[in-house]
Amino acid sequence: MDLIAQIQARLAVLEPESIDVQDDSAAHAGHAGAASGGGHYELTVVAAVFAGQTALARHRRIYNLLADLIPSRIHALQIRALSPDEF
Amino acid sequence: MSERDIQAEIHKIVTENPVVLFMKGTPTFPQCGFSAAAIQLLKNCGASVAAVNVLADQDIRQGVKDYANWPTIPQLYIKGEFVGGSDIMKELYANGELQKMIDEVAPQ
Repeated sequence: MDLIAQIQARLAVLEPESIDVQDDSAAHAGHAGAASGGGHYELTVVAAVFAGQTALARHRRIYNLLADLIPSRIHALQIRALSPDEF
Repeated sequence: MSERDIQAEIHKIVTENPVVLFMKGTPTFPQCGFSAAAIQLLKNCGASVAAVNVLADQDIRQGVKDYANWPTIPQLYIKGEFVGGSDIMKELYANGELQKMIDEVAPQ
């Protein structure tokens, strides 16, 4: 399973309305952090569970679900975590 | 040589300075796009920032991830409280919250 599919599978527990993962690694190839092999990803997750939660809590939830992939597989992750109302 | 107590060192840094950014590189020469964006937002708010270059200290680099239970750099602390990483800073900047938080701790 490729990494994007893995990320989507891990986040399925949030019962998201949508998940979008963009691999932005190419834009960062060659800089110091990219040498470790982990990629840069941009993640947009829309899930009802985020309603009423702070941004900090939402990001923590996502990081916790992906914890063992960071930083070996994921070097950098841009996160947009939205409730359906905010999308 | 005595063992460093990294968690205590970090606690001291974030409680003795009102605005602390742990970043890759320095405010003048950030070495990561996310750290560059983070310091720029703070500058836009007129913040006086204590910046810590984690690339200069591997123990701090790992220690700060444990301290906040947050896996990435940059990390912003205001009055000892962990605020978030660069995405959260962008959100707080866009809705004016970051400016408010900075103004509250700015010396009058």
